[in-house]
Amino acid sequence: MTNHWVDIKNADVILVMGANPAENHPISMKWVMRAREKGAKLIVVDPRFTRTAAKADLYAPMRSGTDIAFLGGMIKYILDNNLYFKDYVVNYTHASFLVNPDFKGPGQLNGLFSGYDEKTRKYDKKTWSLQMDENGLPKKDPTLKDPNCVFQLLKKHYSRYTLDKVSSITGTPKETLQEVYKLFASTGKPDRAGTELYAMGWTQHTVGTQNIRAMCIVQLLLGNMGIAGGGINALRGESNVQGGTDFGLLFHILPGYNPVPSASLTDLKAYIDKFTPKTKDPKSVNWWGNRPKYITSYLKAIYGKAATKENDFGYSWLPKLDEGMNASWLMLFDQMFKGKFEGFFAWGQNPACSGANAGKVRKALSKLKWMVNVNLFDNETGSFWRGPEMNPKEIQTEVFQLPACSSVEKEGSLSNSSRLAQWRYKAIEPIGESMPDSEMMNELYFRVKKLYQKQGGKFPAPIVNLTWDYGEKGPDGKIKHVDIHLVAREVNGYYLEDLFDKKVDPPKQLGEKGQLMTNFVTLQADGTTSCGNWIYSGSYTQKDDKIINMMARRGKDDPTGLGLFSGWAWAWPVNRRIIYNRASVDLKGNPWDPKRAVIKWNPDKLDPLTKKTAPGWDGDVPDGPAPPMADEKGGKYPFIMRADGMGALFGPGLADGPFPEHYEALECPLQENLMSKQKINPAVKLFYEKGSGLPEDIFFSCDIRYPYVATTYRVSEHWQTGVMTRHVPWQLEMQPQMFVEMSKELAREKGIKDGDKVNVSSGRGKLWAIAIVTDRFKPFKVAGSTIHQVGMPWHFGWQYPEDGSGGESANLLTPTIGDANTMIPESKAFMVNVEKA
Amino acid sequence: MAIARAALLISPELCIGCRGCQTACKSWNQLPGQKTKNTGTVQNPPDLTPSLFNMIRYVEMPSDKDVMRWLFVSRRCMHCGDAGCMKICPAPGALYRTKEGAVAFNKEKCIGCKLCVVGCPFDVPRYDEKDKISKCHLCFDRIAEGLPPACAKTCPTGAIKYGERDSLLGLAKKAGYTKVYGESDLEGLGSIYAFKDAPKLYGLNEKPAIPETVVFWHKVLKPLAYIGLGGVAAASILHYVAFGPHKESEEEEKKNG
Repeated sequence: MTNHWVDIKNADVILVMGANPAENHPISMKWVMRAREKGAKLIVVDPRFTRTAAKADLYAPMRSGTDIAFLGGMIKYILDNNLYFKDYVVNYTHASFLVNPDFKGPGQLNGLFSGYDEKTRKYDKKTWSLQMDENGLPKKDPTLKDPNCVFQLLKKHYSRYTLDKVSSITGTPKETLQEVYKLFASTGKPDRAGTELYAMGWTQHTVGTQNIRAMCIVQLLLGNMGIAGGGINALRGESNVQGGTDFGLLFHILPGYNPVPSASLTDLKAYIDKFTPKTKDPKSVNWWGNRPKYITSYLKAIYGKAATKENDFGYSWLPKLDEGMNASWLMLFDQMFKGKFEGFFAWGQNPACSGANAGKVRKALSKLKWMVNVNLFDNETGSFWRGPEMNPKEIQTEVFQLPACSSVEKEGSLSNSSRLAQWRYKAIEPIGESMPDSEMMNELYFRVKKLYQKQGGKFPAPIVNLTWDYGEKGPDGKIKHVDIHLVAREVNGYYLEDLFDKKVDPPKQLGEKGQLMTNFVTLQADGTTSCGNWIYSGSYTQKDDKIINMMARRGKDDPTGLGLFSGWAWAWPVNRRIIYNRASVDLKGNPWDPKRAVIKWNPDKLDPLTKKTAPGWDGDVPDGPAPPMADEKGGKYPFIMRADGMGALFGPGLADGPFPEHYEALECPLQENLMSKQKINPAVKLFYEKGSGLPEDIFFSCDIRYPYVATTYRVSEHWQTGVMTRHVPWQLEMQPQMFVEMSKELAREKGIKDGDKVNVSSGRGKLWAIAIVTDRFKPFKVAGSTIHQVGMPWHFGWQYPEDGSGGESANLLTPTIGDANTMIPESKAFMVNVEKA
Repeated sequence: MAIARAALLISPELCIGCRGCQTACKSWNQLPGQKTKNTGTVQNPPDLTPSLFNMIRYVEMPSDKDVMRWLFVSRRCMHCGDAGCMKICPAPGALYRTKEGAVAFNKEKCIGCKLCVVGCPFDVPRYDEKDKISKCHLCFDRIAEGLPPACAKTCPTGAIKYGERDSLLGLAKKAGYTKVYGESDLEGLGSIYAFKDAPKLYGLNEKPAIPETVVFWHKVLKPLAYIGLGGVAAASILHYVAFGPHKESEEEEKKNG
């Protein structure tokens, strides 16, 4: 989230699109309802009428997978009617920046951007560049009239997204589109705030990243980024999944969003050169210019004394990706299916039900020599070998089950969607032989290390040099038990030497050897500081001799009334509650909306220590202490994480285009994309093409065998694959069985009655479900024809309830295809058939 | 010192249908989960059971002209000021009113006559496997300690609020509900509802009333019965008045035999 949960209450208009908070994030609705009590309007755009839609002031149905068309229409509406926040757009975005004149868009190139190579399905992004002047600064036209400026290109690109076109693609009635556009665009005024809440309904598409990009453009045009009650807010689907991403659980990032190096970056210098953006603009903070400090301090944290300047701080021990290698979920299981892995740790997950194309995943597991399943319960993954269509006699996979204890049986931190790291305590001792994950890792680490020490092995350095100072050592050198506080301190980082600010005379001491880091501002690139995750630096800190776990704070003060609660736990970065907050003020540092002032420049601010005047910011922790942008000496641009300091209306960093463009889902009900000749996202990786590929990866678009659009989702009563909730009889009582929701119209056509058992099938699999025939689903009028859509939860699995009464996972039906940028599977739009069982 | 009457204010407009209340109730009261089936609706179990004290009813209201509506209505004991169940109950102390005004029960004193089922205008009382009454008791054990009932405690949006009845009424009025369901019917309900539309849309009677037979029993037969008969005998007389001869149990015996 750019903002935070409580901040939803500050919005005037809340757009829920790609999410269903009433069912999947019920607590968030507390803040939605608070906002509504004060007169805010709730808009819900969803293919189905959800429990969130039931609370909406304005509901718009939309065919699954057409969000970009919907939002493209909104961008056009905002631009056509001059509803954008002009001062904000001109000063805080790169609307005025000039783009390479050779750049061409889908309007000119039949749905493609310039630079496309059909063979590799990739773009050469040479023409997606900004024009630079002789001093290396971006060329601009503040009047926004130059035909090559970002603003004009944006206008041109979305001029094709007319109401008629959008309505015929999305199936949303024109009047409803207009109502939504009008209401949301009303937040383009300085004293109005609009927020957006999204979740997997946006990400799980072949255009997932661009769905979110499209909304970023809307929010930048309306001046809604950085303000209270604004922003783009990803509602995370698991309590600590924000923490998971922050700590690099994905294949392409190390902790703190540092990229995973590829094999061609053979030394630290090459890595730093590649990933440290540069700017010649003195007004740009270019925060990622600090990358060398963060990566070096990270290496010092994980390799300790073994990391020296001479050995590049152990950079060569970091795992590398092969050039161009993609190790995302779909690829991992594809490789596993092809027999490329010996072993697999399924740690706190249930891929046999959660993975897209779960049938393929289950077969892939059978190719393994061994698998370790770490979970609270056995699940469909641990027991895959005795599942449906499996012959245990033919499966050689040896499965080890490690019982993990639950979150209330261990201490530690948890990072929620608000980027809020909150410390929590152990309520009860772990039950039976179950253990915290950290203890399992401790056991595993020392056993593996011992083997390397004894037997050598191919590449022992990354293991034997790893720091592991997490508690008292036993006589065998092994840490007896992991003290999770010491892990948190390693994450925060330490001063490894006395550190002085030598720019002042006499030099001022910033840190003392052995002390915990104050925050990331004093991290160094020379190996004199360590930090396990720079964005968490400051979370477990030290003032003189007093060590403070900031995440354990429980302050309830809210002086601004905006619900920042800055004394409650700790939010990254540096306890900032609303990021990009420098964009919430005008060029002089005064809030656009004084009633919702996130920060404000105070020229008369008193230093609390010296009692002398020291101009500074009031309110939330600002995005850097620099004076406001208009200040001639030290003023800075607001979007500090970007090299040019500006909100990116033009996004050349993405794989599939600098502007979001509508493409159909891989499996869709239409012969053609009504927007262009390019039917699907041209930059996605196809696992099955022109009849070649694994039969498991087959897909059917516009095929009479699978005529209905399907989508998957969760319901309040269950969680994820249901491993935790299916074992709770109270939850199972409310949602006992796999179901498929459909319209009365479709049910009539198929002779299906409410409560009937039906079969749902796709190119990948088949399952039974109970039909819920409801007015909450309606057929769509798309391109003149009627399109039916059905929906299913993915909470069930064959193993439990043991009598098989629950049914199977909807992921048996989902296709092997991912987003062009992230490879997140497209489980929100695919094609199925439904027949009475 | 008299304690002000407590109540639950239920606001379907605020309810998101998450059913945290259903689970919280089961958790606090340690009620077992039952084996159910999906019957083609989100609502499950279909109605109150001996181990389901409160539930959300899901009401779909399609419309040709406007966007449909989907109402979420909390259903449970209404804790009536003039409680039909208490009126008709022949077993002293089986049903009783707590000092906060809740209609609670004591299973040990319940004789299993099921008369309260007849007495209730809202079809709330259920009987467990031991033939003892079972229903929402407003978490009498929590409220006695100053804690809100489990359902109100867990509700994320304030759709179920617990507090002094008068202040809850004030709150609803302040929120623009000129008529609060249960404000004065049956001497005021203990579960009051802020309805945007007619109560019948939410599945409730416009004018809830205790059945005539119960009034008759309460005024005429019950005092007489206590003079000469024990509770069980009195109950069977009333049972005859209310239901006619003991058919139901005879049939049950046949089934079991």
